[in-house]
Amino acid sequence: MTLRLTTFAAPSRFYALAGALVPWCWAATLLLGAAGLYTGFAIAPTDFQQGDAYRIIFIHVPAAWMSMLIYLVMAFWAAVGWMMNTRMAAMYARALAPTGALFTLIALWTGALWGKPTWGTWWVWDARLTSEFILLLMYGGYIALTEAIDDPKRAANAGALLALVGAINVPIIYFSVRWWNTLHQGSSISLTSAPKMVATMLTGMLLMTLCFWAYSFAVVFTRARAIVLEQESDTEWVRALTHAENGDRGR
Amino acid sequence: MTGLLLAVVRRDLLLARRRRIEALLPLGFFIVAAGLFPIGVGPEPQTLRQIAPGVVWVCALLAAMLSVTQMFASDHQDGSLEQMLLAPQPLVAIVGGKVLAHWLSSGLPLVLAAPLIGLLFGMQVPAIGTLALTLLLGTPILSLLGAVGAALTLGLRSGAALVFLLVLPLTVPALIFGTGAVVAVDAGMSAQAHLSLLGALLIVTLLGAPLATAAALRISLD
Repeated sequence: MTLRLTTFAAPSRFYALAGALVPWCWAATLLLGAAGLYTGFAIAPTDFQQGDAYRIIFIHVPAAWMSMLIYLVMAFWAAVGWMMNTRMAAMYARALAPTGALFTLIALWTGALWGKPTWGTWWVWDARLTSEFILLLMYGGYIALTEAIDDPKRAANAGALLALVGAINVPIIYFSVRWWNTLHQGSSISLTSAPKMVATMLTGMLLMTLCFWAYSFAVVFTRARAIVLEQESDTEWVRALTHAENGDRGR
Repeated sequence: MTGLLLAVVRRDLLLARRRRIEALLPLGFFIVAAGLFPIGVGPEPQTLRQIAPGVVWVCALLAAMLSVTQMFASDHQDGSLEQMLLAPQPLVAIVGGKVLAHWLSSGLPLVLAAPLIGLLFGMQVPAIGTLALTLLLGTPILSLLGAVGAALTLGLRSGAALVFLLVLPLTVPALIFGTGAVVAVDAGMSAQAHLSLLGALLIVTLLGAPLATAAALRISLD
């Protein structure tokens, strides 16, 4: 079978592919997570200023990166679904939203846990924290809107418009530490110059980022498969699938 | 296109004038809500002067969100909204007219009532002037963003509550710069930067929101 760009736009083929990939994604999650946490907690040195409290960075930063990345990916697939009138892209965008919201919550929560011992406060209304909080509200808005509309096509397209309008927030979060005088520290990693942190710390962070990415794939694929079964429930292949499972019960 | 826009404005203002009480309900909410704060927080003048810009702006935000669904609701119910979508004239012009009419009937009264609330909170005169100016720039932004929300949630059961959740996060920059301008003037500094940014926000929203609203109406009614 020749693979085209749109091969897996068919819900049935996506369902099969995603089902095959999910176990591998979980395996990658566990391996990368083990490696990342070991690097972060056992190998990386103690910080000069913050002592061992800084080690929450290995959860906090990867979660924050994922929260921004997943929003952009979600907006992308929702836009593809809207512009090209496809079903699978829209279903995938819906599957991404809860995971993105979870990572945003983790980033905010671990940030608060980090802020208390180091800044002396759980929360401060500076530019980065406020814009990350708004990101959480935008995920909530997307989920609320798509859940409130019964017609799947209208729900998907309305969500796409909302996600696109809110996508402006992600660059604001990213550049907030550069544009404003914030309590949150500036970026230590850039694409154009050497990182300003110890190599082992950076390795640990990158390993945990890959771990969260693999986790996202595993969870989003599973959720997307469930959404496919739900929205395509009147098709031949889904009926065959569910009847095959219920067949021996004499139905 | 200007002729169409003005015709839509005239029509919507006429409809609003026939239901004058309904059109002025957001203003009533604004005054009541803002008036609750001194009762709840305590009458200490220093505190009230400090929280005044924020309170007035947030109450204006909430009042704007309350009235925003009315922009399309009655036309949607009697079918004229569908006719507007089918018209050969650009939908953006019709949407622009509706937003302008909405601002004139519910946003502008807020701007005019704000100095009164400012006096109740014991604000200084320059601060009150800046507050009114920021609301003059900000309430159109609220109407424009609210139109997007109203178009997205057209006809939904929980539409009114959803509009709050969807639109309020988008209005946060306007809130930040609006209150920031008043706080700056109160501290004796220039509000130039804040007002410039607020004006820029207005221009960007003016360019983008009617397009987004038109797209949202087509999504909701197809």
